[in-house]
Amino acid sequence: MGGAWLQFVASGLTAGAIYALIALGFSIIYNTCHAINFAQGEFVMVGGMSAVSFVAMGLPLVVAVPLAVAAAMIVGLLVERLAIEPAHGNDVVTLIIVTIGVSLFLRGLAQVVWGKGIHALPAFSGTDAITFFGATVVPQSLWVVGGTVVAVIALGLFFNRTLFGKAMQATAQNTLAARLMGIDTRVIMRVSFALAALLGALGGVLTAPITLTSAEIGVMLGLKGFAAAMLGGLGSFAGAVAGGLLLGLIEALGAGFLSSAYKDVIAFVMILVVLFFLPTGLVGARSGDRV
Amino acid sequence: MATGSDSTHAGAVPAGAGRAPAAPRIAAGSARAARTRALALLAAALVVIPFLFPNSYFYEVAVLVLMNAVVCLGLNLLIGYAGQISLGHAAFFALGGYGSAILAANHGWPTWLSLPVTVAAIGVLAAVVGKPTLRFKGHYLAMATLGLGVIVNLVLTNEDRLTGGPDGMSVPPLAIMGYVLSGEKLWYGIAAVVLWASVWLATNLIDSPVGRALRAVHGSEVAGETVGIVIARWKLAVFVISALLAALAGALMAHYSGFITPSKSSFLHSVELVIMVVFGGMASIWGAIVGAAVLTLLPQLLTVFKDYETMVFGGVLIATMIFFPRGIVPTLARLWSRRSGSGSKSP
Repeated sequence: MGGAWLQFVASGLTAGAIYALIALGFSIIYNTCHAINFAQGEFVMVGGMSAVSFVAMGLPLVVAVPLAVAAAMIVGLLVERLAIEPAHGNDVVTLIIVTIGVSLFLRGLAQVVWGKGIHALPAFSGTDAITFFGATVVPQSLWVVGGTVVAVIALGLFFNRTLFGKAMQATAQNTLAARLMGIDTRVIMRVSFALAALLGALGGVLTAPITLTSAEIGVMLGLKGFAAAMLGGLGSFAGAVAGGLLLGLIEALGAGFLSSAYKDVIAFVMILVVLFFLPTGLVGARSGDRV
Repeated sequence: MATGSDSTHAGAVPAGAGRAPAAPRIAAGSARAARTRALALLAAALVVIPFLFPNSYFYEVAVLVLMNAVVCLGLNLLIGYAGQISLGHAAFFALGGYGSAILAANHGWPTWLSLPVTVAAIGVLAAVVGKPTLRFKGHYLAMATLGLGVIVNLVLTNEDRLTGGPDGMSVPPLAIMGYVLSGEKLWYGIAAVVLWASVWLATNLIDSPVGRALRAVHGSEVAGETVGIVIARWKLAVFVISALLAALAGALMAHYSGFITPSKSSFLHSVELVIMVVFGGMASIWGAIVGAAVLTLLPQLLTVFKDYETMVFGGVLIATMIFFPRGIVPTLARLWSRRSGSGSKSP
């Protein structure tokens, strides 16, 4: 029935919104640093877990959430400065291993700081489910989708309306030319890591009340975010959002109508099929063989 | 011109040419002599090292090291020489183990038959899967292989009637004509012979015209094609060889340990294998072996850090990649040749 469809679409969009935020982080870092940051999922974890800690200290959510996002941004800056910058300029595979090292380090650190338990964040505005057209949605889902929409719009304004955002786009298009125009591309790289951490942490904080959070959540979320970024077209912001939402929808509909055990298989098969026909993703069109 | 100073696009020709090992600079005749010497050295090391083992636990760890080295050797051919990343090779490793285990345990096949049949079948599977997959390039290839790995992992986890589900299944021991192969020392011997044979195969491949074609692929696909090398066929051939080696090692490990779980096919295991290759040194036979040895032993040593183990491991990985970006063996080899004078480079 229509109710079931609507239900699956609602949960798909909620999950997809988070994938979109993570995928945006992948694309931002790829554009400026030409690296795939496999620690992207760990930013989500740091955001969610820090928020849990700040709430446990007695801080209200209004304070805890921005603090948690700020904490993740600091982690992002440190990661860029201490691990990515020294390794930058090396082979692509070497950089991938560095980011995997970062992800292991952050996960290990989180296990030491927060333990291996599963934590929950209180919902932002109650847990009374809202019913519309036969589908029920928890208010937190609306926060997730709403927060993602606001973040994407803010990001769009930042990249297109501010001088700094334009400098970042210029760096993405041609690092050398940007440097010749007087743009400090090292600063751009740092900011892109902070931005990616911000987006990831925002996703972590928004979903922590629904999916709960632990030191281990980063692995699968990072993979899904990467898959979403590739599905949309690596480096494309519109693609990251489209890829994230599509991945969330495929998963939810696959789990609902076919098999919940095989929802990830369905999702990855779909991604492989899409990539087979559109080898640079849904949006990524610009590509040529580098000789 | 511009890309030369734009170091982020290191996949371009100059970097690719620089990454090639020292071997091709040497004339063919002395290359053969060097290869014979290296193979003899490896054989000697494999024979001598067990005499240093104080107890049977060391043999167990050594078997693990050698089997991982076999997988890394194949993966290094793919990553280091053919320049094709795979983030899903653990799938072939696990399928080797599960395939042979299922044929033997559920269908009553003798293990001396189930093992080679499984490995051959996985070779065919790799050829079928590899053909469309290897059309992807760079990060898209990483995505595609990662996706295939995740799919295999989830199927192995979910098909519990066949595979025992997340808890895994027990694997019958390897037996040839009724004689059961057991004991750490015998298995060390088996693993050593398999590794030596794999190195022999890999060195032959690298120094053959095929090997030179492979290095052309890593440098530049377009350049390779302009000099008349059918890149796609060689990429596929190396992919199949690396899958065969992974499946063989996986099947042997499963029969040796008597148990297999879906975690053998996980993304993390795939990543672990790639880390071994890059850590030891891409496009280096010795690098693959050293990387496998160090990263198999490291977790055993890091257990002293208890709760900090994951953190320390991550830190070691970051530091190694920053200070030895080409991997341990090539970096040390370069330092060594610089110290002993550059004259010895070209005899």
